[in-house]
Amino acid sequence: MTATFPAPQVPSAGTTAALKVEDLSLAYIVRGIPRPVLRGVSFEIAPGEAYGLVGESGCGKSTTAYAAVRYLPRNGRITGGRILIDGADITKMGSDEVRQFRAKHASMVYQDPGGALNPSTRIGTQVIEAYTVLGQSQDEAQKNALAALDRVNIADPIRVFNRYPHQLSGGMQQRVVIAMALASDPQLLVLDEPTTGLDATVEASVLDLVRTLRNETNAAVLLIAHNLGVIRSLCDRVGVMYAGKIVEEGNAVEVFERPQFPYTVGLLRSLPRHGVRKSQRALATIPGTLPQIGTDLPTCVYVDRCPLADELCRTVVPPVVDVGVGHWTRCHHYDRIGDIPEPDSGVGQVATEGAEVLALSNVSKTFHQSGHSVPALVKVDLTLNDGETLGLVGESGSGKSTLAKTILGIEGPDTGSSILLDRDELEPTAAGRPVKAKRSIQIVFQNPDSALNRGWSVRQILGRSVRKLTGLKGKAADDRVDKLAHDLRLTQRHLDLKPGQLSGGLKQRVAIARAFAGDPRIVVADEPTSALDVSVQAAILNVLSELQAESKTGYLLISHDLGVVRYLADRIAVMYLGRIMEVGDSETVFRGPNHPYTEALLSAVPSVDGEPAARIRLEGEIPSPANPPSGCVFHTRCHRFMQGICEVTEPPLIEVEPGHQMKCHIPLEELRRLQTKAKVEDIVLTTPPEALEAAVAEGIEPG
Amino acid sequence: MARFFVRRLALSLVTLWLLATIVFVIANVLPTDIGRTILGPFASQQTVDALNERLGTNDPILVQYARSMRNLVTLDFGDSFQSGAPVMPTLLAAMGRSAQLAALALLLTIPISIVAGVYAARRRDRPSDRAIVLFGVTSSSIPEFVTATFLVVVVGVGLGWLPVLANPPPGAGLITTVKYLLMPATAMAVVYFGYIARMARAGTIEVLQSDYVRTATMKGLSTNQVIRRHVLRNSLVPTVAVIGVQIGYLFGGIIGVEKIFNYNGMGQLMLFAAQRKDIPMLTAGAVVIGIVYMVATLIADLIIAWMNPRVRLDEGR
Repeated sequence: MTATFPAPQVPSAGTTAALKVEDLSLAYIVRGIPRPVLRGVSFEIAPGEAYGLVGESGCGKSTTAYAAVRYLPRNGRITGGRILIDGADITKMGSDEVRQFRAKHASMVYQDPGGALNPSTRIGTQVIEAYTVLGQSQDEAQKNALAALDRVNIADPIRVFNRYPHQLSGGMQQRVVIAMALASDPQLLVLDEPTTGLDATVEASVLDLVRTLRNETNAAVLLIAHNLGVIRSLCDRVGVMYAGKIVEEGNAVEVFERPQFPYTVGLLRSLPRHGVRKSQRALATIPGTLPQIGTDLPTCVYVDRCPLADELCRTVVPPVVDVGVGHWTRCHHYDRIGDIPEPDSGVGQVATEGAEVLALSNVSKTFHQSGHSVPALVKVDLTLNDGETLGLVGESGSGKSTLAKTILGIEGPDTGSSILLDRDELEPTAAGRPVKAKRSIQIVFQNPDSALNRGWSVRQILGRSVRKLTGLKGKAADDRVDKLAHDLRLTQRHLDLKPGQLSGGLKQRVAIARAFAGDPRIVVADEPTSALDVSVQAAILNVLSELQAESKTGYLLISHDLGVVRYLADRIAVMYLGRIMEVGDSETVFRGPNHPYTEALLSAVPSVDGEPAARIRLEGEIPSPANPPSGCVFHTRCHRFMQGICEVTEPPLIEVEPGHQMKCHIPLEELRRLQTKAKVEDIVLTTPPEALEAAVAEGIEPG
Repeated sequence: MARFFVRRLALSLVTLWLLATIVFVIANVLPTDIGRTILGPFASQQTVDALNERLGTNDPILVQYARSMRNLVTLDFGDSFQSGAPVMPTLLAAMGRSAQLAALALLLTIPISIVAGVYAARRRDRPSDRAIVLFGVTSSSIPEFVTATFLVVVVGVGLGWLPVLANPPPGAGLITTVKYLLMPATAMAVVYFGYIARMARAGTIEVLQSDYVRTATMKGLSTNQVIRRHVLRNSLVPTVAVIGVQIGYLFGGIIGVEKIFNYNGMGQLMLFAAQRKDIPMLTAGAVVIGIVYMVATLIADLIIAWMNPRVRLDEGR
């Protein structure tokens, strides 16, 4: 497999498209009134081609995907157009035909593989069923089902057969779902956010698998993903959707590199791309909001938010304009795309030489579960300076959240741990800390929906935090609330609304305002933007960096999105099995040479800018912290494993160059040589067999 | 699974001990002179004292507690204060009658209400669903004694189809017994229909919206296959839990129905014992009903564990 992209396969008139959507209109019936969601969507996918639909929540991309397999919500009605699969119109099919069509011609893989499997039925039974429905005998189906699990790289199909879904990891569950989807050798495979919610390393292996299988099956793939990197890494062509219409379509690489519709431009510029940092420029945001579902649309769907809009756009429906081979846009002014103003420059270099505000030394946290000790944090040493952002990265189960909870005092660390806030020792749990310490360390959660009290107005939520944390009363407290609202660009009108009446981005602003109520010294941001659309994410990241420049608050940023981490973080700490494997300046860590684990993480992330040169695939799953591997804890999955050292002694965390610490036996210069070589040669590195053998020898089961 | 069962059983025994202790405390908190209550205001103080002595109500509290614990272990609660006869045979006879009635009521209501609930879920928001929901809400908000009275007046007296008293003649066969019990059982079943049907409907609607039902549908299974293979086992878990709790409640006797049909079940027996401060009878009744509750919920939990591997497999860790 190579990192280059297959030539675009533009279906020509001669070939029958595997999926052809023609002028599809669809409405949801709300209280008897049809609300249009899709307004004339047309596209086609050739056999063996992968087509991606991108756009923000509410643009209709998922509805399109579900319509393509006739799985619509109870109130969904197709109001016009056709959906042809291999020439047959599925909008006209009766229920028996639809069932046959689903059994034989179309399959789907979704987000949250855990939910996609029946929790009370063994895996084997579920996979076998995908074959018996095709009319196979039980024996035949079982044979095929085992082969299918083998095909999706499940090492021990017989064992997995007897498992229940909750006994498998997310990555394994998704493999099982994919195995079932491929049972019928479908003409159309719809993937709806197939890797969202999975770790980057698992995501990479699932994407690898889909790529391999695509080549084998010749199925047409329709991929829905909010992550443009995933789209780019998998798709030949993309369609950009806005307000129920496709506004631009073309070769994936070309659309991402040379967008020809103002919305696509906005979407791409709102991403932290090409290693951009907060000090260089603010991220572009798209002003305004998506038109409400069901409203009458103007001539150009994007006119209300478009920086190029003029009288022509308001009066004449823009035609479809060809701007390259198979690349078209629905814009009057595609030739003026270059005129769209770039966002402001950044907030300037944030001083990282501020005073040390937080110092963790020897922080450990051991959980005790039914007689077992589970070390979740092992001797963590970290510092955070005034006005500095420390990014915390690592797979699920690496201890990032436990570390955040320990700092916040939600979990008390083991004895012997020390957490200093402004050089004062902190009590282990929040209950024992004075108000001053509590107001100094605050958190912004991933999901603002569940973090804010739904019954209160924004003013009440912020007012309470201000009074509790600062002791201000009456007018002074109200002024503080107004100031917070102003800082977060919330209007007086927003203050009187309840969280349920706000959009996701506004809710997250409220959550940030709440955290800032008491002038905190440190804010822990736990995946602050991963529930948000990219343009909203950009606005939140901008706000966070502005606030920091003003208040000199230290951020502890937890995120699985390395683009976000790179944009916001001044320093980065990489965690694995509760240990810090590497810590250093953001640029140093991203540029490398770095710890093999970091190297693997960085190469796993599908980027909208294209694939990284060397591809490193971590095998197996993160070992159980209850039974960590001997020596270097990463040795069981390390592609640079050295037998005789790595599984014997644990390397110390040492400074390998100024401001850059690493926990690895391989000297920095050797790593530099190896990693440069890997980049040049574009090789796929996987765990050497010796490492797996060593792991087995000490009783750890590799994946 | 074995480990799950043992843990669950141990928990039940602890609960039973707690129940017996609470009943003991309540019985001893009552500031009543038991001998006086039994013998009435005109008996001489001497006779009352002698009776109290014989009943052991003058003994130190710990001795009495030890005795009640021994009773719990041996399941022998001594003689009734009222009749002087051992309580257990009387109690078990009444329990047997209540159990017959409850079993018939459950037999009538469970299959119908589950089928109706699942059907309503499949036809969600259509007229048939609305009708089932409406009937369920109505039926469970009419108290059983109202339904019972209505049945007595219309079916019993008016039409004369069924006997208006529920006690079957001695030595009655199954058919005759059912005939006698049918009206009171129907009165109870009507109340539970709405309850169980709505539970089954809600559980099924939730599962029908789940991702794995989507997976099953996308495999190309028919709706009936999806319901049978992927829905029922998951959607009926809450229903089973509710039924488990309700069994204990029904076996404890539904006093209103028993009164109307003059049926000698647990309800009447306990009411009688409470009115006359028959502490041994009350204690025994509470413990026996408690045991029925335990067994019913234990069976329900085992069924749930069988239905849901998460419960079964995680509990054993």
